[in-house]
Amino acid sequence: MPHWFDISQAGLALLTLVACGAVAFAVARAVGGRRPRLRPLAGVGAIEEAVGRATEQGRPVLFVPGSRDMDDVQTLAALSILGEVARMTARHGCRLIVPTNRSLVLSAAREASREAYVAAGRADSWDEEMVTYVSDDQFGYVAHVDGLIARERPGACIYMGAYSAESLLLAEAGNQVGALQVAGTAMPLQLPFFVAACDQTLLGEELFAASAYITRDAGQLGSLAGQDFVKRLAIVLIVGGALLMTAAQLADPPWLAAAAAWTQRLLGGGG
Amino acid sequence: MKTRLPLLLMAAVAIVLIVAPFVPAPASGDGAWPVRALAYADRNFSTWFSVLAAFAFLLGAASLLRTHLRKVAGRDKDWPYSLITLGAFVFVLVVGLAKVGGDPGLRGDFAAPGTLFDSVFNALYGPLQATQFALLAFFIASAAYRAFRLRSVEAAVLLAAALVIMVGRTPLGGYFSEWLPASLDFLRIDRISLWIMKVPNTAGHRALLIGIALGVAAMVVRLLLGRERGFLGGRRPR
Repeated sequence: MPHWFDISQAGLALLTLVACGAVAFAVARAVGGRRPRLRPLAGVGAIEEAVGRATEQGRPVLFVPGSRDMDDVQTLAALSILGEVARMTARHGCRLIVPTNRSLVLSAAREASREAYVAAGRADSWDEEMVTYVSDDQFGYVAHVDGLIARERPGACIYMGAYSAESLLLAEAGNQVGALQVAGTAMPLQLPFFVAACDQTLLGEELFAASAYITRDAGQLGSLAGQDFVKRLAIVLIVGGALLMTAAQLADPPWLAAAAAWTQRLLGGGG
Repeated sequence: MKTRLPLLLMAAVAIVLIVAPFVPAPASGDGAWPVRALAYADRNFSTWFSVLAAFAFLLGAASLLRTHLRKVAGRDKDWPYSLITLGAFVFVLVVGLAKVGGDPGLRGDFAAPGTLFDSVFNALYGPLQATQFALLAFFIASAAYRAFRLRSVEAAVLLAAALVIMVGRTPLGGYFSEWLPASLDFLRIDRISLWIMKVPNTAGHRALLIGIALGVAAMVVRLLLGRERGFLGGRRPR
């Protein structure tokens, strides 16, 4: 009898199914015409404001799509945002500069920006030299981008995606030339640096939500409503689990201890 | 078709990687073929990605050379920097490929100790990298100064917490709190510093991680459903 399912992972499988199912259901609902109402995201407005301000000043917009490759979901989120930023710069006639540090990201970023310029009816303004490859090396890349910021003096610096120690090195360089800076990352250790050095920061999950907010696409917005539902469910599970564990410690009934152990197994993914 | 095929390929790979952790890995040669195929794919996808990325590196190198050659040829602004970049690129490439100072055979390591490549790395690249990294110390100070300026209640709380943690993590934390009686031990600066890191900081960090995990899940569902295709250069779905 072949083993098709690792029963010790049942809890994690259930949670994955619930989370993904809720998001998929919300997407289907939104595509069907029931657009969800969502809270405004300050960082998204700041991106549009930054591009607008750079245009008014006649200075370029710098977009940095993180320092990881295409196998990182944050890079995919960053490139989706790049598509929308490129659409804005195409409309405003503002110069866009995108230095990349991975060859696959270079290729994807060129395609995303080119499509955006075509969609905005400004295909003639697109130049593949807008998106360049610098180096795979972390500090080699930082040295180039910092130099680029000092020489080009961009009016807006947008940092999206996964970052390591380079986050503050980039953001401080942008700050020194007086650029309006917007960052977004799901790297918890880099968030304080971006918060300290940038005008607006998309915190964690907001990075993944940003492209949905900018495009206003019904399906993408629906996924955010699904995500909010799962978040509420997580709050209920955390509070309920804490209460259950406390009650199991304080009271005697064996069923309470059994329920607490079962919940712990379910949420912990243990066997 | 241009965006549909990559999306289908991506969905197939994503489904395999999502399902794989829930299927027990079979012992070698054991188990039904779908289970073995799943385990094989799960083990090898990352290697395949590395192979693809290695081929794609040629694309990056070509872009780098084209950009800087164009600048040098056109005597564009700052073209001498491009000349230095091109010179360094060619020099390191030749030194690495020729394995100067090392075993030139196929099995010879281009970066073995004693090779010119290794010397260039240790004498030039290492110190340059360390210099770049050292800038962080000054940048942290300037960014912290701006963040801690007392402009709002939040900034005041941030400043107070930062001061307690900075002092509490040094021997000064214990020194300043020595006069406190044992009954007020919990007010010692080093204890408060530890509490801030262990309780509010961990709580905030965990909340952030839960949000990120949900954000990733939502993004993956959007990718699988083909709603998120901006990274492929695809137009907005209708």
